[in-house]
Amino acid sequence: MISLEAVKFRYEAMLMNFDLHVASGEFMGVIGPSGAGKSTLLSLIAGFEQPLSGHLKIAGIDMEGAAPDQRPVSMIFQDNNSFAHLDVWTNVALGISPRLKLNEQQRSRIDSALDRVGLGLYKSRKPTEISGGEKQRIAIARALVRDKPILLLDEPFTALGPALRREMLDLILEIQKEKNLTILMVSHQPEDARYAATKIAFVESGRITHALSTKAFFADGAPKEIKDYLA
Amino acid sequence: MNFQNARIATALGFILAAVAFGFLPLLWLGYTNGFSGFDAYLPRVVSFTLKQAFLSTLLSLAIALPAALALARHEFPGRDALLKLFSVPLALPAIVAILGILGVYGNNGALGGIVPVYGLSGILLAHVFFNMPLASRLMLTRLEAVPAESFRLAAQLGFTNADVFRLIEWPQLGPAITGIASLIFLLCTASFAVVLILGGGPQATTLEVAIYQSLRLDFDPARASILSLAQLMTCGVLVVIAGQFAREVQVFPRTLARVKRFHAQSITTKLCDFTAIALATLIVLPPLINVIATGITKIQFDASLLRATLTSLTIGTCAASISLVLGWALTGTAAKHRNRTLRAAITLACLAALIMPPAVLATGWFVALSPIADVNHYAMLLVIILNSLMALPFVWSPLYPAIIETSQRHDRLCASLGLSGFARWHLIDLPTLRKPLALAFLMAVIVSLGDLSAISLFGSDNLVTLPALIMKQMGHYRMDAAGGSAMVLTAFCFVLITLAQAWSRQHDQS
Repeated sequence: MISLEAVKFRYEAMLMNFDLHVASGEFMGVIGPSGAGKSTLLSLIAGFEQPLSGHLKIAGIDMEGAAPDQRPVSMIFQDNNSFAHLDVWTNVALGISPRLKLNEQQRSRIDSALDRVGLGLYKSRKPTEISGGEKQRIAIARALVRDKPILLLDEPFTALGPALRREMLDLILEIQKEKNLTILMVSHQPEDARYAATKIAFVESGRITHALSTKAFFADGAPKEIKDYLA
Repeated sequence: MNFQNARIATALGFILAAVAFGFLPLLWLGYTNGFSGFDAYLPRVVSFTLKQAFLSTLLSLAIALPAALALARHEFPGRDALLKLFSVPLALPAIVAILGILGVYGNNGALGGIVPVYGLSGILLAHVFFNMPLASRLMLTRLEAVPAESFRLAAQLGFTNADVFRLIEWPQLGPAITGIASLIFLLCTASFAVVLILGGGPQATTLEVAIYQSLRLDFDPARASILSLAQLMTCGVLVVIAGQFAREVQVFPRTLARVKRFHAQSITTKLCDFTAIALATLIVLPPLINVIATGITKIQFDASLLRATLTSLTIGTCAASISLVLGWALTGTAAKHRNRTLRAAITLACLAALIMPPAVLATGWFVALSPIADVNHYAMLLVIILNSLMALPFVWSPLYPAIIETSQRHDRLCASLGLSGFARWHLIDLPTLRKPLALAFLMAVIVSLGDLSAISLFGSDNLVTLPALIMKQMGHYRMDAAGGSAMVLTAFCFVLITLAQAWSRQHDQS
């Protein structure tokens, strides 16, 4: 579904070079030290950054020059996922039409997405009037209405407590099952990846050094650098 | 993208043309006259310009520093009101403040005879009136940025006031003071109305006023151009110096919240602090009371006042609109591009009027236009353009940080949703920037409403704004009428401020 071949990118003094293949329907965790290039990897796939060279394909199509909104991708950031001055409903509606031109069927899709993530009662509230977990639900509802096959999660639940993180991951997993999404999730909490991911990519100094099944990643026989990071 | 490039090119081109039309004719005229204006007069004017600016800055800071420290230390009834009072001189048109100062310290004033109100002492009095409250508010903002934990720690470790000053307050203030000082120095160097009215003669003339006199009274464009070049060099050097500290200073006043102090204060400290605050208050309050007390009963709604009011409002609205459109286009582009050179160029363009004071620009335009057209004919247009350039730094100052912030918050999300062009403008940018935009527009109107330099340089009997009318009435010794007109001008400024404050507060809550 997603394939990166020798995708090079430079951030200040750091040269990154990514090779990665993510199969359709996979939930891949992305783990590694701070500053290793995890978020950059997601930004390259989402189209916020352009590679210096290499090939980045999504569903077999080369993404060179494709704007972020032309890619079959939804992304949830750590924060600033919503516009503080617009109400919850409008924030989700922007996922369908940036100009807010909506027909009846689209309106009901927005309503059901909000019901689905548990924001049904908060439609007319502003993001500043709801909790941190509920704010991230706005982003999930928007991803639902956008209905793109790929979901990129950039530490979306880092600010939430363990029980709430688990709850949000369950919601994501449910939606993944339903829509057969391909997911990449950057996380600083290895236990989150262990809980939700089927495969884990280990990123170190701008390279993906390992891509293992979750079981192998957390096994006793895992490579030394992974064990050092987890220790 | 092409549309945006065209927009930015137009905005930059407009400013560049305005500046070039101001600068090139002067250079040419100075060159053809062999720079012959370099006689004994020029060094004398330059040295007085710098001397009064230096003394004004020194006095303002000397009074502001103890007042700011005292205000940061104590909570007392009326503190908020006092801080509001300190923001008034900033918004008050210079001519109104001068009228108030003359009313208090002039021959017939309540404090008449304490200091000579004309000459250097009068100039200093007025400059301190304007800049001391500005300085103390800026210092207070810095002091209140100290985290609350620092004062808890200070209390725990048993710091004295001297320790707190040395270890907490001064490290916080020090870097900002250079910035505040250079800002005040720059404002005083380019000061026009104060020096024109309170200078009282060739002994106490600054470059800015000398340019006006040689252009409008002596009809000597060649001398005006030499003076302008001198002013340009002086201000250019100052802006470069001030630019080093620009980050330290937020020109725009904001509401202040006090950090709690745990430190018990001795009687001596309390007494000193009281004196510092009282002194600052005594400088700010009497002229304001005088303006209101003498002005409010003297408003004469004759035809000239109504006409001047209308002219002022027309010029103010037009100039502010142009300034806002220019400022928004330029700051928006600067925020979008990471290119440092482009950002620096845009900042420079927005601050052009600080480097090129109005008198310099006006002299250049006058020289360029007078051979081909009747300048009087285009006076209104020229005043509007000049005012819009003068207001640009005040538009830039609240708008630039706000635009940088929204773009950092929203750019990625907008890109991923395909939000762009008009949809982005009216759904995202306009609502989130409403408050800084309102403040920018308001500052621009106030700058333009209070302007005396552009209107003095281009005005005539057919083009009279409120400040020009007040000047005229003062010139004819009709002080009552002048007081009434000043009251009208003040009322407009404060209605505008109140409206914008209420409006932006409403949007904060929603």
